[in-house]
Amino acid sequence: MSGASEARVPVEVSVEKTAAASRPPRPKLGTGFRAPLAHRIAEHVIRVLAFTAVAAIVLIFVFIAKEALPLFWESDAQDQIGGLSALVVPRVWPGHHEATYLWQPVGDIAKMNVVPLFLGTLRVTVLAMLIAVPLSILAAIYVSQYAPRRLREILKPAIELLASIPSVVLGFFALIVVATVVQDTFGLTYRLNALVAAIGLSLAVIPLVFTIAEDALRAVPKELEAAALALGARKHQVITRVVLPAALPGIAAAVILGLGRAIGETMVVLMASGNAAVMDILSPSASARTVTATIASELGEVTQGDAHWRVLFLLGAVLFLATFVLNRVGSLVVERLHRSLSASAR
Amino acid sequence: MRYTGADWLLLGLSLGAVVLILGTTGVMLGQIVVEGAPHLSATFLTEAPTADMMGGGIFPAIYGTILLTLFMTVLGVPVGIATGIYLSEYAPPRSSIAAIIRAAVQNLAGVPSIVFGLFGLGFFVMFIGRGLDGMLYDESDGPVWGQPAVIWSSLTLAVLTLPVVIVTTEEALRNVPRDLRLAAIGLGATRFQTLLRIVLPNATSGILTGVILAISRGAGEVAPIIFTGAANFLPYLPTDMRDMFMHLGYHVFALSTQSPNVDQARPVLFATVTVLLVLTFSLNFVAVILRSRARAKYAS
Repeated sequence: MSGASEARVPVEVSVEKTAAASRPPRPKLGTGFRAPLAHRIAEHVIRVLAFTAVAAIVLIFVFIAKEALPLFWESDAQDQIGGLSALVVPRVWPGHHEATYLWQPVGDIAKMNVVPLFLGTLRVTVLAMLIAVPLSILAAIYVSQYAPRRLREILKPAIELLASIPSVVLGFFALIVVATVVQDTFGLTYRLNALVAAIGLSLAVIPLVFTIAEDALRAVPKELEAAALALGARKHQVITRVVLPAALPGIAAAVILGLGRAIGETMVVLMASGNAAVMDILSPSASARTVTATIASELGEVTQGDAHWRVLFLLGAVLFLATFVLNRVGSLVVERLHRSLSASAR
Repeated sequence: MRYTGADWLLLGLSLGAVVLILGTTGVMLGQIVVEGAPHLSATFLTEAPTADMMGGGIFPAIYGTILLTLFMTVLGVPVGIATGIYLSEYAPPRSSIAAIIRAAVQNLAGVPSIVFGLFGLGFFVMFIGRGLDGMLYDESDGPVWGQPAVIWSSLTLAVLTLPVVIVTTEEALRNVPRDLRLAAIGLGATRFQTLLRIVLPNATSGILTGVILAISRGAGEVAPIIFTGAANFLPYLPTDMRDMFMHLGYHVFALSTQSPNVDQARPVLFATVTVLLVLTFSLNFVAVILRSRARAKYAS
């Protein structure tokens, strides 16, 4: 009994080998010691419950697809939006002279072209990343390379504290405070726009990117740094030419995970982006309507099962898949990083 | 080491970034508390809002938030702890089952909160809720379970916070020295006895950290509850798990975006945000202390 259970306890490779070598032969089935029934039941319950997370991921996908996919075969729903192609192809709507991309789902003729929504997400996300990535990587450089140990142990949790602020509070801050500051600084007509949302969003992304980037920078073996210093390199040369390149995969993962967070963030953009679906890609001072904000603001007023409802779930499915891929890629790199971090700590 | 121009530049830029991030955070928290705190009073915390939401207090929102997180904790935490136990104690090392569960947990942590809202509506409210109605009641009675309610919001948030509990539980269990387990097993304890009497008691503070972090996360999320149970204004307190509820975060959202006169609502808004922040920060503060205590325990 003790031999069998010992081998199952997670052990280091070297210990496992010696244990395996000296393990007594297993008793025949049914002749060994069996744990009491209550213990075995409890262990089975644990085993079953452990699959909840897997079940949750599957159920999320199935139940969003279940509401979204009928759009592709229900002719009723397709008629309501003017054919499937109307989702992505510009069209000359009655009263317009040119073919336009329009998201106006409520009205006599429902115009549901999702392109402006994805462009809105793209614009806000890119702006937010342009603010968040340089700041978090620079902060990670200071905390990992310059700050004395004591200071680092204060600074890191302090910046991570930002991650615990609910996103509705960040949205509120962007809506009430940042919007006024931005309007006064740039002399804009409208308070809410892509830039205001991006600033709020960057506050949600910074702690995430910072933490992973800082881990990545600190995981770089000290020998590399010491070798560079011994060769006469200056501190900034060591950082920019040795430490940063060595930490690049981890930093890339940080950016990817930050991107996933930014695309999926709802409350900040819902409250601060202005929510008008504008096709202007380059202007940060124009309003933006993102995919997430569209779902959040429209689903409550939609009749269940009609075309608009299905399109909103379809947007959710696309969002789910996009963040799924980004997170998978990002966390694979982070996993490798943690392995090398714990290896270098030993 | 002597610093040259480029050294000072990099040092200055990186220190500047830290100062900017912490400064912005500080200004944000400072402004919220400075504008919000004067409006806080015993009546604000214990009274219901007036019908136009500009006056009165926010007690129903506080009550709803607590009720929501309570249900969420009861429903989600045991599952999360069980998964953490399985990953740390039962899953064979390097098994593909454990790898699949870990990948699922990571992906679950990255699912956007609005997608959880869609899931909660599509699965809990419409599939489970309507399914219960179909089995238990006549259709003519109208929906009993199949409508937004605090129980469905709690279940949605329980799934959302699952990864937090799982990851911290697994870490806490792994930090318990192997020698303790081997000693217990060597004395003839079964694996489950070892878990119950040796491993779990030694990992309590680590597991509690995860539970508290999950509560703090769940209390602040708004997007998943918009369609699954949160109400703009309720004249009564929810007494049944099938009632809708008011919520601090949702209150802030609704009041600041849908109120006809935001300037008039400003003091109420800032005070509500202050309450929400005090709630999440005090929870996180407790979690940080518990975690450092848990780490110090087996640091050597």
